[in-house]
Amino acid sequence: MTPLELLLQQLINAVSVGSLYALMAIGLAMVFGILRLINFAHGDLIMVGSYVALLLTTIGLPFWVAAIAGIAASTLAGLLMERLAYRPIRGAHEVSMLLTSFSVTILLENLAIILFRPTSRPFPAPAILRGVIELGQLRIAGLDVIAIAVAAVLLASLTLFVKRTNIGISMRAASQDLLAARLMGIDVNKVIATAFAIGSLMAGVVGLLWSARVGKVDPLMGFNPVLKAFVASVIGGLGSLSGAVIGGYVLGALEILLQGLLPAALTPYRDAFVFAILIILLLFRPNGILGSSEKEKL
Amino acid sequence: MLTLAKLDIHYGHVHALKGVSIEVRDGELVTLLGANGAGKSSTLMAISGIVRPSGGSLSYDGVDLSTASSRQIVGMGVIHCPEGRRVFGSLTVQENLRMGAVRRKDAVRDDLDYVFSLFPVLKDRMRQTAATLSGGEQQMLAIGRALMAKPQLLMLDEPSLGLAPIVVQSIFRVIRELHRKGVTILLVEQNVRQALAVADRGYVMASGTVVMSGTGAELRNNTDIERAYLSSAPGTGKP
Repeated sequence: MTPLELLLQQLINAVSVGSLYALMAIGLAMVFGILRLINFAHGDLIMVGSYVALLLTTIGLPFWVAAIAGIAASTLAGLLMERLAYRPIRGAHEVSMLLTSFSVTILLENLAIILFRPTSRPFPAPAILRGVIELGQLRIAGLDVIAIAVAAVLLASLTLFVKRTNIGISMRAASQDLLAARLMGIDVNKVIATAFAIGSLMAGVVGLLWSARVGKVDPLMGFNPVLKAFVASVIGGLGSLSGAVIGGYVLGALEILLQGLLPAALTPYRDAFVFAILIILLLFRPNGILGSSEKEKL
Repeated sequence: MLTLAKLDIHYGHVHALKGVSIEVRDGELVTLLGANGAGKSSTLMAISGIVRPSGGSLSYDGVDLSTASSRQIVGMGVIHCPEGRRVFGSLTVQENLRMGAVRRKDAVRDDLDYVFSLFPVLKDRMRQTAATLSGGEQQMLAIGRALMAKPQLLMLDEPSLGLAPIVVQSIFRVIRELHRKGVTILLVEQNVRQALAVADRGYVMASGTVVMSGTGAELRNNTDIERAYLSSAPGTGKP
């Protein structure tokens, strides 16, 4: 490979991984922006969608049907989570909300362990996701192309949604000042439910791509993605949507960069280096890349 | 007509409003005066459904507001322009105004033109984010945003707070103009002289109760007002 090809290859890897982190981080950021809740159970939505898709393919449904059902299941699970777990404690102390999200995580993961056994199962990705496109020396995985394309479409749609529609603008207004939003007559319940629905839908999409990438599903599979998404949204500035997206891609690039640059003996410790860089970044920009130093809302 | 009868509000153990009775008739401009912590903002928060009263009654045009949601209250044309402006800083001026009309289904074009005629500077800054506006412009935007909701009863909480005298003049000019157009106004102000100059009637609050009421002229000539301000106990806090 020429250096240029190597660079291109790594760039595609970085954008592909970054796309998944960005889509995950958006879900965290939207909910945090409005409720000041760090929803760690967001990762389990990945697991829910992936298992539903897996089970439907095992009973013989075509992959695309199973995929749509899986995404729908993630979305529904996210809406239920909001309605049953988070709405009753809305306005509670941030620590109470955080603990509630841990409870939801533990509940969902143990439910999955009981229902599907703790061992992992192979995930049946269709040929298009397993395929490889060869361009000269470049080997581009079909999965990467699809991840990048899907993220581009979702991010563009989300941008239009939050800039053009009443409910999208209401969402930004509510995350800026919840009290003022209520005084304008904005339907806060609807706005919050919509934020959960969009974030969960994206988690469902990420779940399928993630499962196809690692080739298996297991009940605890949501932990790593949600941790990465959390880091991405902190890098970008917690609560900011564009920050979450930027953070996702920065994290993806950082990981691929370290993967390429670290000596082989150190690559298992890649995440430790990523977190060290995060700590250094936060020392200089405590509110993330796009984070403002605005004082806390009421 | 807005009617508060013997209204109580508790924040935990703090008795913030103690049997407040206030009436605002259609088309009136009524001002609510008093020191910090007297209970003025709490009164407005109860009317707009943000804070639930713990006793007494609260109604608008015969409809009980004490159980209505803030959305329903906005739908009835009771609009609260909060203290400290609270414009949506990361949204553009245009988006802020759109949010004011978020509950409406009818055309808002005329109202937008009206807001721009009252505050031409908002038209010039339409695509800027609200955070880039000066304090006075943000207050104009906050009032404009409230007007986009087509208020029948407009509640303004400290609209002149922290603004330069010339901006205060133009805010009061707009308040008078809205009053002349027939909008019912409940005005909370620290700027006693200005508020009484435009108000039909006024109430003076201290420590969560109404200590004095009368027409604007009556209150203007009453030297006890100063004392009401001084006697108010601190620490009842704002929501």
